[in-house]
Amino acid sequence: MADVEQGNRPLSPHLQIYKWPINMGMSIFHRVTGVAIGVVIAFVALWFFALAWSPEAFAKANWLMTSWLGWLVLFGGAVSLWFHFVNGLRHLVWDTGSSFGQKRVRRTALIGLVFMVILTLVTIWVAVAV
Amino acid sequence: MRYMTDRKRATGLGSARSGVQHFWEQRVSAIALVVLAPLFIFPLAYNMGDSYEAVHAAYAHPVNATIAVAFFVTAFLHFFQGLQVVIEDYVHGRWEIVLIITTRLLSALFALIGVFAILKIAFTG
Repeated sequence: MADVEQGNRPLSPHLQIYKWPINMGMSIFHRVTGVAIGVVIAFVALWFFALAWSPEAFAKANWLMTSWLGWLVLFGGAVSLWFHFVNGLRHLVWDTGSSFGQKRVRRTALIGLVFMVILTLVTIWVAVAV
Repeated sequence: MRYMTDRKRATGLGSARSGVQHFWEQRVSAIALVVLAPLFIFPLAYNMGDSYEAVHAAYAHPVNATIAVAFFVTAFLHFFQGLQVVIEDYVHGRWEIVLIITTRLLSALFALIGVFAILKIAFTG
């Protein structure tokens, strides 16, 4: 009679009721953005393929890339790339065995997010204004 | 016959029989991309939306072409290295193998598409 209360035991905290530490989101988004970047870069490769093909092919590919949907995908690609970039740097630092402390992890996450925004804004500025 | 004990042969290799090789190579491609990604993205953003002639001339330049080729090769290498880890974490059994092989082949295909395009542009002016 050891297991009378089977199925009625307290559960350990899991995703739905857990207050997310910022690093949990950073980790999940690292994977999501990694996949997203691959897809966007594949479209960029096709855009270059059209550039190599002919002016007519490039006109079509470029029309798609510079449509509002195209710009939206490129913007998403830029945000994803810079997120993955700054968070990847954190991972490379962790790989040396450094900066694992709770406060340090939280601080580098916030600094990384600030740099992500700056790098994305610079990219948009280069694309639009320069 | 090599003078190696069973213990010595297994040390550091683990169940995957390749040790930390995958992890290690993923770090190498990551470090390469720390340099290559900004070098590729900013000129790409600069050229995005320009005319055929302008973009074609930009990527016919040896510096842009070299960076672009290096980026496509390294980015798609790093992409399948990373995606393999994600697939291994979430998918098991037959689909795991199917997805890993598909990812590898598609990565190779799109890297080839990008590299071939850049080289044709660079070599034909």
